[in-house]
Amino acid sequence: MKPASFRYARAGSLAEAIALLAAGHGDAKILSGGQSLVPMMNMRLVRPAVVVDVNGLRELSGITPTPEGGLRVGALTRHAELAASPAVIERAPLLAEAARHVGHAAIRNQGTLGGSVAHADPAAELPAALVALDARVRMTGPRGAREVAADMFFRGLLTTALEADEILTAIEVPAQPPGWGFVELARRPGDFALAGVAAVVRVGHPLTLPSPPRGGEGASEPQPPEVVRLVGFGVGDRPVRLTGAEWLLTGVPLDADSAARAGVAAGPACDPPSDVHGSADYRRHLATVLTERALLQAVARLRPGPR
Amino acid sequence: MTTPSERVAVRLTVNGRPVEQVVEARRSLADFLREDLGLTGTHVGCEHGVCGACTVLVDGRSARSCLLFAAQLEGRAVTTIEGLTPAEGLSPLQESFRVCHAMQCGFCTPGMIVTTTELLAQEPAPSTEAIREAISGNLCMCTGYVNIVRAIEQAVAARTAGARA
Repeated sequence: MKPASFRYARAGSLAEAIALLAAGHGDAKILSGGQSLVPMMNMRLVRPAVVVDVNGLRELSGITPTPEGGLRVGALTRHAELAASPAVIERAPLLAEAARHVGHAAIRNQGTLGGSVAHADPAAELPAALVALDARVRMTGPRGAREVAADMFFRGLLTTALEADEILTAIEVPAQPPGWGFVELARRPGDFALAGVAAVVRVGHPLTLPSPPRGGEGASEPQPPEVVRLVGFGVGDRPVRLTGAEWLLTGVPLDADSAARAGVAAGPACDPPSDVHGSADYRRHLATVLTERALLQAVARLRPGPR
Repeated sequence: MTTPSERVAVRLTVNGRPVEQVVEARRSLADFLREDLGLTGTHVGCEHGVCGACTVLVDGRSARSCLLFAAQLEGRAVTTIEGLTPAEGLSPLQESFRVCHAMQCGFCTPGMIVTTTELLAQEPAPSTEAIREAISGNLCMCTGYVNIVRAIEQAVAARTAGARA
């Protein structure tokens, strides 16, 4: 359980980190929080010749509000920072909530957003949250900087659009609509979820009619959703967009009935793994139940509560 | 450009004491503490971040010392169970563990104490639920956790009573 020998370099700047990575000829790894990489190195599932420590890089740090109402989150942002950041809680509460679900306190103190995204564990919370939020992943390398939509970034099991000579630098998170939900089921708090669902609901599509007012509370009735983004995690080889369920909700008032129907559509769309913690069928069942619950959370946030 | 190296010079403080040493790049902080500094209170269990036995504080925040390389600790302050133990006797939290029989084999105990130290620094009067959640990342194969939770609750109660008196 000790890692194989490697050579270590502490990068002093982003440019130096890129140069060190290039000099490693595909056999170098970026070390940020190390909460996924180091276990894999200890188990010798990964044996990089060179480890480039980027923890000191200011270029990769910080949470900056953008003029458009969103956030630019540096890749080195720790999960604990993300969960506690007033800017994140205000502008992208789904992301803060997802961060609270990652591992245990000791893991959240070290683990980074960029690391979680680059590692791309299909059961991880943050990649799913970023797909639900329609975030963009920024990376840079010898060919310059580029940006990829989170939706297109995750390509499969531990596989992403990030090239071996590139470094993930930041995540651009757009302003989050007020309707959102995040639920997961794990055996114990801190364990990887058996399955989970993130939901983002934007209301008030100009082309759909508002739902008819009922009784005296017509003003508090939710408008039909404009855009619903539903993303499952732990239910496939990457964060899974539950597009069937999303389409089912398009132009339909979001309520208990439509949330239940969306849940029924979500389960069969998933291709989860079977393992000692749960069968594929059980996880599909969870996708159904958790989709409904995530949508009900979104409904509860959209409806003004009783005064 | 920095040249990647198999041996790395690192300066840090451990329990308030400055330490300067050349370490093998692959040396974990846990092994560095135990083998190089003789601080064997930090226990090594799973070596992949699951069991929590090797938990230490880095700049006051809990961390798995099996998931950090000693080389990464340049300029940081590490606190181990030894640093949380008074020169004579036990800390109030440790004493509460003793009184409540919150350990059997004792392997998980240092990690439990370190984890709880961070919890109580952030949340001086945690609920039972918060205590259970905080220690859920520290595996105990003996006690069933009941006495550990009780020990933490009693330490909190004693401190609160002390603060009122």
